[in-house]
Amino acid sequence: MKLELGYIDIKGIRFDDYNAIEDGVLVVDPDELVKPVLEDELIKSAHFEIATPGESIRITPVKDVIEPRVKVEGPGEIFPGMIAKVDTVGSGRTHVMRGMAVVTAGPIVGFQEGIIDMTGPGADYTPFSQLHNLVLVMEMEDSGASAHEYEKAARMAGLATAVRVGELARELEPDEIEVFETPTIAQSYSDELKDLPRVAYVMMLQSQGLLHDTYVYGVDVKRTLTTMLSATEVMDGAIVSGNCVSACDKNTTYHHLNNPVIQDLFKQHGKTLNFVGTIITNENVYLADKLRSSDWTAKLAGFLSLDAAIVSQEGFGNPDTDLILNCKKLEAQGIKTVIITDEYAGQDGKSQSLADADPAADAVVTGGNANQPIVLPPMDCVIGTLDYVDKIAGGHDGSLRPDGSIEAELQVITGATNEMGFNRLSAR
Amino acid sequence: MSKFRVVHYINQFFAQIGGEEKADIPPEKREGAVGPGLAFNKAFGDEAEVVSTIVCGDSWFNENLEEAKNTILDMIREEKPDIFIAGPAFNAGRYGVACGSITEAVKTELGIPAVTGMYIENPGADMFREKVYIIETKNSAADMRKAAPKMAKLALKLAKGEEVGASAEDDYIPNGIRKNFFEKKRGSQRAVDMLLAKINGKPYTTEYPMPDFDRVDPQPAIKDLSKVTIALVTSGGIVPKGNPDHIESSSATKFGEYDITGVDDLTADGYETAHGGYDPVYANEDADRVVPVDVMREFEREGVIGKLHNKFYSTTGNGTAVASSKKFAEEIAKRLIADEVDAVLLTST
Repeated sequence: MKLELGYIDIKGIRFDDYNAIEDGVLVVDPDELVKPVLEDELIKSAHFEIATPGESIRITPVKDVIEPRVKVEGPGEIFPGMIAKVDTVGSGRTHVMRGMAVVTAGPIVGFQEGIIDMTGPGADYTPFSQLHNLVLVMEMEDSGASAHEYEKAARMAGLATAVRVGELARELEPDEIEVFETPTIAQSYSDELKDLPRVAYVMMLQSQGLLHDTYVYGVDVKRTLTTMLSATEVMDGAIVSGNCVSACDKNTTYHHLNNPVIQDLFKQHGKTLNFVGTIITNENVYLADKLRSSDWTAKLAGFLSLDAAIVSQEGFGNPDTDLILNCKKLEAQGIKTVIITDEYAGQDGKSQSLADADPAADAVVTGGNANQPIVLPPMDCVIGTLDYVDKIAGGHDGSLRPDGSIEAELQVITGATNEMGFNRLSAR
Repeated sequence: MSKFRVVHYINQFFAQIGGEEKADIPPEKREGAVGPGLAFNKAFGDEAEVVSTIVCGDSWFNENLEEAKNTILDMIREEKPDIFIAGPAFNAGRYGVACGSITEAVKTELGIPAVTGMYIENPGADMFREKVYIIETKNSAADMRKAAPKMAKLALKLAKGEEVGASAEDDYIPNGIRKNFFEKKRGSQRAVDMLLAKINGKPYTTEYPMPDFDRVDPQPAIKDLSKVTIALVTSGGIVPKGNPDHIESSSATKFGEYDITGVDDLTADGYETAHGGYDPVYANEDADRVVPVDVMREFEREGVIGKLHNKFYSTTGNGTAVASSKKFAEEIAKRLIADEVDAVLLTST
């Protein structure tokens, strides 16, 4: 599959009474953009705010971060099966609003809980401090609907808003174009590729239940068998996030759209390696599911006749088992494997970092110790609310200090120890 | 500013007294830098200076461990140094053990910033890596030119009270304390680089060597359940509604003890989960799903078990350090033994 990404660089966001992109500045009419969000009867109130890199702003609790994109050529639309109707995406041309994101936030603790600081020490740990963020702040109706229904309402509102914003980039001339092409099995044995080591990416997806779900073409991943897709489909929104609890190592939709392992494997494709496929596998809570899914990972890897694989994890603890099973079963077939994880080594860094281990996992990349304590100084402006800081994963009773500063673990920061290898943070 | 005063420890070989045949010489102190001390003086530049060098034979040190330590500590104390360095010992085993021993003694007994250096396979490395900073060197003295500046850099950091970086940043042998730092490349790029090295049979270093787990052997099975008192202990975070002990949703620092005298069933009105790592909806609907008080009461009435203990213990396993879990377990076990509990049903999520 061949996909062209046309990047439209966004250098700022401002509110007005119309919608456009003017000289790289996104202009939005917040009143108009919020209308469709409020049509959902579960959403009591919603409004937009702007957060610019370097500003003294704290956004929390964060649900998702989404990069606006629009499909300008080729089948399907962005977020197929979720916002658009089901159609295979990943070919043709897509415009990307680079340098910005739609961030969903608001007081819905339990399924929204990350922190994004736009300046200060916390900003160093989240990639989203570097983006111009259009923040959709929502409050839910106290209507007795289930937590699952609220989560869905908040998730869909963010995705739909990003699609509406992305539409503004449809007719624009991109600042840069990048082309990605995935080979078929036959093409992967072409003269140019056949002598290079066959490498696949195994992407593990959170599927532990509410607050921990991921969707592929609209399908809840915990109800799927391990499967394959073209890496370009991911760039068109085939995978979306439904989770943000312990926000440091959950993949937002932004991470999926900009998957760094896929980007870095493409850079080497045809040079030092042959990037032959992408396998997606879930992280269910039942042992039978773990055994089955990892069996299928190894089986599909066998079908692809792989020499090597990179496995990325999402989350920690329970999914450490899936990670180690995947690694062991790949290595047992002689497939050289590198895994990407993060660590929970305790605040003092002295405890075992993973809940499972095996000698086969001899090549590990780490996104850092999520238990590391951090103090986030007070910000002039809070988008969302600080009411839940003591309760979120990584916080503790007294995390929020009287002066508005926060003493917590790195765990609270959205994307801080991402296990796709999105960041430079590591540990030894 | 005056220079930091440095005392340097070396063996008979590096003092150019002799090899194995001179390994039995007792400690002696010389003024200024000797042998590798010159490389250190160069590395310290204007900031520090080797004021005195202590030389001791490797055999003498290891055969007279306590006396050697005490004698050498006295010699060091007299110099009132700001920094102590030992070696580097490269791959010399007894020299490595001597460097590790004396560096640890200086650190703990004199409280002076102390650094040594050696090859990772030197037996001294395993013995002392968690106790003192050991700069990782190659296996021969040819590496002195590179090792001395690394040791000097870390020693200066310690002397100035600056924060020490991760082992990969400050070149010391991993000391069992995981420390965050920013790499030059993002993780995905490092993964691709590592994969290419692994494919091509080239050396690479894993960023996290697999840990050894602390396995606990199960107790022998209970022959007659009808006579025993069983307690419920969980890492599933079940707490009385409102979480009175404020147990954290992740990375717990405490556990709770909750009385269930007269409680037949953990209802949604009375109990909930504090755990942030799983879908809480079903545990909140019926906490017996995690802490099965209802079923245990049935067993109690039917005489299947002797008695359900009147307290249950709870914490959240989510992201909680093994060291914390161990601490909780030790305390919980003590209380269970005091209450004459015979067996525990341990539930997770």
